[in-house]
Amino acid sequence: MADFETPELTDEIVVPHIQEGAMEGSGPFIAKPEHQEPLGFPGELVENWQEKAIDKMGELLGKYRSFQVFLDICVKCGACTDKCHYFLSTSDPKNMPVGRQDTLRSVYRRYFTVAGKLFPKLVGARDLTKEVLDEWYNYFHQCSQCRRCSVFCPYGIDTAEISMAAREILDSVGVGQKYCNEIIAKVFKIGNNLGLPEPALRDTLEDLEEEIYEDTGVKVRLPLDEKGADILLITPSADFFAEPHIDGLMGYAKVFHEAGVSWTISSYASEAANFGMFIGSYENMQKVAMRIREAALDLGVKRIVHGECGHAWRVAYSFWNTLAGPWDFLDPNYPVPQHICEFTWDLIQQGKLKFDKSENDHRVVTFHDSCNVARATRMGDKPGGQFEIPRNVIKAVCNNYVDMEEETIRDATYCCGGGGGLLTDDLIELRVKGAMPRMHALNKVMEEDGVTNMAAICAICKSQFTKVLPYYKMPMDMIVSVHQLVSDAIILTGQNEEGGEEAEEEA
Amino acid sequence: MSFLSTAYALLFYVATLILFAGLTMRIIKYARTPAPLKIPTMPAPLTKAGVALRIGREVVFFQSLFRSQKWTWLFGWMFHLALLLAFFRHLRYSMSPDNILWPLVSLEVVQTFGKYAGFAMVAGLLGLLARRIFVDRVRYVSAPSDYLMLLLLLGIAFSGLSMSFVAHTDIVQLKAFVMGLIYFDWQELPASAPLIIHLTLVALLMIIFPISKLLHAPGIFFSPTRNQVDDARERRHLAPWAAALDSTRGNR
Ligand code: SF4
Ligand code: SF4
Repeated sequence: MADFETPELTDEIVVPHIQEGAMEGSGPFIAKPEHQEPLGFPGELVENWQEKAIDKMGELLGKYRSFQVFLDICVKCGACTDKCHYFLSTSDPKNMPVGRQDTLRSVYRRYFTVAGKLFPKLVGARDLTKEVLDEWYNYFHQCSQCRRCSVFCPYGIDTAEISMAAREILDSVGVGQKYCNEIIAKVFKIGNNLGLPEPALRDTLEDLEEEIYEDTGVKVRLPLDEKGADILLITPSADFFAEPHIDGLMGYAKVFHEAGVSWTISSYASEAANFGMFIGSYENMQKVAMRIREAALDLGVKRIVHGECGHAWRVAYSFWNTLAGPWDFLDPNYPVPQHICEFTWDLIQQGKLKFDKSENDHRVVTFHDSCNVARATRMGDKPGGQFEIPRNVIKAVCNNYVDMEEETIRDATYCCGGGGGLLTDDLIELRVKGAMPRMHALNKVMEEDGVTNMAAICAICKSQFTKVLPYYKMPMDMIVSVHQLVSDAIILTGQNEEGGEEAEEEA
Repeated sequence: MSFLSTAYALLFYVATLILFAGLTMRIIKYARTPAPLKIPTMPAPLTKAGVALRIGREVVFFQSLFRSQKWTWLFGWMFHLALLLAFFRHLRYSMSPDNILWPLVSLEVVQTFGKYAGFAMVAGLLGLLARRIFVDRVRYVSAPSDYLMLLLLLGIAFSGLSMSFVAHTDIVQLKAFVMGLIYFDWQELPASAPLIIHLTLVALLMIIFPISKLLHAPGIFFSPTRNQVDDARERRHLAPWAAALDSTRGNR
């Protein structure tokens, strides 16, 4: 399938011995000027890049406490060294969280600390050369910004923060990543990551309405740009076309239908994803987020509900209020934003949804905690709700549920391997390898508990697993959306057992 | 006053100045640098009190490290605890018996624990050093300064222990020297080799503290992933530079 080996799944995940340079030069495609410029970055490597990069680093040190403090306080204890899925699967020491940080910390020390200015060799400080810049590009695009390292670091040092800053520095000197920057430019131009224009979106939604009608005989609507709707649904654009995402979208539609609320999608803000976060650009992240505020105001909605997406839920939950708030024009009785799982779980608790759980009896389901949901957000009103609520929803619609090994779920969850702006084919080796710890845990429950499906609430996780599962000889369609399970089990009011065709005939 | 005593008196003034001025500047820097976004590592506490507890658990028990690597935790925690005990024991050299803390500091337990803590300190440090040398991952991320830091601390511990258990120093005169420093009434420093080594290394530690990774001590309190409250949906969090963007972010 490719010119690398898929890691073998052994009994236990073995912490490998380091292999220096194992993933050297495996960076993703570099952005062309046309991908860079719409984001306000120089088109190609600027002439005085060294000076520019150091200046930018200085600027970020003054703007982000995380960056400043994290660069100073690492004691090189090594506690994080075996916590990154990319290190476990590639053995490259620069994929150990602290190893990754050090590629940048060494330069920080050289230019910004007394010790590094006076005794560079002693404290591992080095000049910023072109080789170092290339190394940054390579290894900061081998970090999915999953924050697993930050859980286990005694000081909470979050390599994701360093990665974001590094990417921002790289962008500022003209060395951006094609995948992320091209996508952000598409959002600015068309409204979503896919570049899906309004007419195409409308067609898709109509097709889905038809599909649900054929299945159930119930006219469930998927409205677009409907002014005056109560709820604006912001969901990743993958939900409009990719499998299994789209089955999740049908699930949300059915839940809204049964809840009897009016809702709409916006063609202007038809994207929950916000890749501005991946590249560490506050300005770009804000620009993307502002589209949602504008859409909410234009449509005159009262609430915002957020679909299944990991990093997007992080931006929404943790950053929207800062970037695009205050949301005082929305109904204060509901959280802004509200996750679709919170929404569905509320209705389930109120007894407003009816399910035929046996519809999912052919499945034994496990749940993959997406890193951004798990380690950067919350659901509900208690810490850890982000773990319980999706599981509660699944258990409400499925009879067979098992968890994977404890050290691989909840806040210790392993990344799917494709987060953080790495979901691109030019990084396929990294993606396949990086999925190893998750595949390992999944394989175990498949063998021991007969698990047939893994549910997720993240568009990136779903796409990534669809792609990498076959490398591990697992069926690609075993990854499902949580609301796909909801969709399969929900009984719509007036639903026809045999489906819509019959209903039509009767009519 | 001998040359030696004068030199060490000056050394300690300089070291103290560097330590406190350096740390203060660093702390001010951390405090002044904004954290524009909410980035607590979740699940995070929903209240400030909860955050205080979270940080407390990290500082007192090294909670995350415990979860992470038991050996590193054991050696690290042992060393830090021992350091604390030794520190308490040393307070009696800088306190006159009429100090309100004197009854506490002079307690038999404080003194005994402090005395034997030196061994725990050495054990912890040796464990950490062994990890640094023998675990390839840790060796890879270690700079010369990381080894030297451990050697420096080991040097302090060994020279200290040797005064307690091998060759006693003139404690009374040492105390006179320290009190002299505090009250600007300089006294002679007992000329004993272990003491001179001990004091030199301690002064060195004080000097490098604010320019080294020892900044983890104040830094942990400023780590946004640990010190932020999980309330992003309820409260709008705005750093000054981010607030300034509010006016340019679009017309609504
Ligand atoms: S766990 Fe934290 S302090 Fe220890 S090496 Fe990793 S980043 Fe540094
Ligand atoms: S954030 Fe995730 S991918 Fe990046 S270094 Fe940490 S564990 Fe690895």
